Amino acid sequence: MIEVKDLYKSFSGESVLDDISVSFEKGKTNLIIGRSGSGKTVLMKCIVGLHEADKGSVFFDGRDFLKMNFKERQNLRREIGMLFQGSALFDSLTVEENVMFPLNMFSDMTPGDKTDRVNFCLKRVNLENENALYPGELSGGMKKRVAIARAIVQNPKYLFCDEPNSGLDPITALLIDDLISEITKEFDITTIVNTHDMNSVMEIGEKVVFIHEGRKCWEGTKEDILNSEDVNLNDFVFASNFAKKIKAMTTDEIRDPENY
Amino acid sequence: MRFLSVFGRYVIFMSRVFSRPEKARIYLKQTILEMESLGFNSVGIVIIISIFIGAVITLQTRYNLENPLLPLYIIGLTARDTMLLEFSSTMVGLILAGKVGSNIASEIGHMRITEQIDALEMMGVNSASYLVLPKIIATMVFNPFLTAISMSVGLFGGWMACIITGALPSADYLYGIQYYFIPFYIVYALIKTVFYAFIITSVSAFQGYNVKGGALEVGRASTRGVVFSSILILMTDVILTQLMLA
Ligand SMILES: Nc1ncnc2c1ncn2[C@@H]1O[C@H](COP(=O)(O)OP(=O)(O)O)[C@@H](O)[C@H]1O
Ligand SMILES: [Mg+2]
Repeated sequence: MIEVKDLYKSFSGESVLDDISVSFEKGKTNLIIGRSGSGKTVLMKCIVGLHEADKGSVFFDGRDFLKMNFKERQNLRREIGMLFQGSALFDSLTVEENVMFPLNMFSDMTPGDKTDRVNFCLKRVNLENENALYPGELSGGMKKRVAIARAIVQNPKYLFCDEPNSGLDPITALLIDDLISEITKEFDITTIVNTHDMNSVMEIGEKVVFIHEGRKCWEGTKEDILNSEDVNLNDFVFASNFAKKIKAMTTDEIRDPENY
Repeated sequence: MRFLSVFGRYVIFMSRVFSRPEKARIYLKQTILEMESLGFNSVGIVIIISIFIGAVITLQTRYNLENPLLPLYIIGLTARDTMLLEFSSTMVGLILAGKVGSNIASEIGHMRITEQIDALEMMGVNSASYLVLPKIIATMVFNPFLTAISMSVGLFGGWMACIITGALPSADYLYGIQYYFIPFYIVYALIKTVFYAFIITSVSAFQGYNVKGGALEVGRASTRGVVFSSILILMTDVILTQLMLA
C-alpha cells in the first residue's frame, strides 16, 4: 500500500499539486485520471522522488520515503518498477540487455539464471525471439512491452505506469492495459497507472482518483464514476458526444445538457 | 550570484559522480567502451589536424624569421617547442572540447529528455556516476595518448613541409627538433592534457545532465558545454603554465 499525505508541489511559484492525500491499495490497479496538464505525471514523480515535493509525506507500506536519505531511497527504489510515457528504453542496448540491465546492476545471479529470468519476463509480455533487436527497431507497442518486462524483472512490490497506452492504437492499448492489470494480480503488486483514457478506466480501473488542476476532486470505483456529482469529473468522463448520448439514454435527470 | 549557484550545483553533481560505484565490474566495462568511443575514435581527427598544423608552424616560422644571423635549425626547434608546449595539448584540447564535449552533452541531454536518466534512478542506479564516471576516467586515461600522437605526427608534418616545399633543408629541421630537447616539456603537456580531459568531460556532462525541455535545449546544452569547457581550458592553461614553467 502507498499512502500520500498533504502533498504540495510548485514550479517557480506556480502551484501544480495542491494538498493531495490519497492511498493506493495492494494487489489492485489504481488509476490516476485527469486532463493533460492536470498534474498526473508530477504527482507520480513526486511519489517516487524524481521531483522533490515541497511539503507532505509518502509512505510505502509505512516507510516514510521523503524522509529517507539518498542511499535509503536508492534501496527502496529497487522495489519499484516504473514504466515511463516514452518507454525510456536505453537506446544503445538490445531488448535483452535492456531487460537484463537491473539484474546486471544489482543481482548476484549466474548468467544462465539471468537469461532465464529475462526470457521469462519477455515471454510474460508476449515478446519472444526479439531479444537481439534495438529499441529503434521496435514499434510503440513493443517498446511498451519491453519496458514492462524491464519494470518487473526484479519482482517489484510497486509498479508505476505513466500513460502506458499513449500513442498506441485502441487494440494495442487494450492489450497493454490488460497486461498491466494481470501482472498486478499475478504478483500481488501495488500498481498506479496515470491515464486520460476512459477506455482504460472502464477496463482496468479498480480504484480511480480524479485530479483536476492539481487537486484531488474525486475518488471511487469505476462503477461509481458514471453516477458522480462532480462537475469536472462529469465533463471529463462525458467529453465525447458518443458518451454524452449514452448518458442521456441511461439517466433520467441529466445535468443541463445545454452546457455540453 | 548566478555563477556561484551553478558552481555549487556542479560541485554537488561531481560529488555524486565520484561516489562509490554499485558494481565495479560494470563500470570497468563501460570505461573500456568509452575509451573506444571518446578516445580511439578521435585518433583520426587528431592526426589530420596535427600534420597540417605541424607543417604550417614550420612554414610560418621559416618565412617570418628572415634573419641571416640566425642558424636555420632554430626553425625546427621553434616548431618543436610550439607543438610540445602548446599545440599538442591545448589546441588538441580545444578540438576535443568541440568533438567529444558536444557528443557527451547531447548524448546525456537526450537521455535526460527521454526519461532514460529517470529510468536509471528508478532502478536504484546512481545515474550521474554510472553515466559520467566511466567517461571521465576514459578520457583522462586516453587523451594523453592523443597528445603524444599529436606531438609525433605534428613534428612529422613539419618535416614533410620542409621536404615538399624545400623551404628548409631537411637536415636543418631534423637537427633543430633534436637540439636542446627538454623532456619535461612532454610531461608538462601530458599533465595539462589530463586536466583538460577532466574539464571537457565533466563540464559537458553537467550541461547535458541538467537539460530541461526538448531537443532545442539539448542543442543549447551541447553548445554551452563546448563554450564553457573551451574557456576553462584556456584559463587552466594560463594557471598551469605559471605553476609548472615559471
Ligand atoms: N519540470 C517542470 N517544470 C515546470 N513546470 C512543470 C514541470 N513539469 C510539469 N510542469 C507543469 O506542471 C503541470 C502538470 O504537468 P503534468 O503532471 O506533466 O501533467 P499531466 O497530467 O499531463 O501528466 C503542467 O502545467 C506543466 O506545465
Ligand atoms: Mg503526463
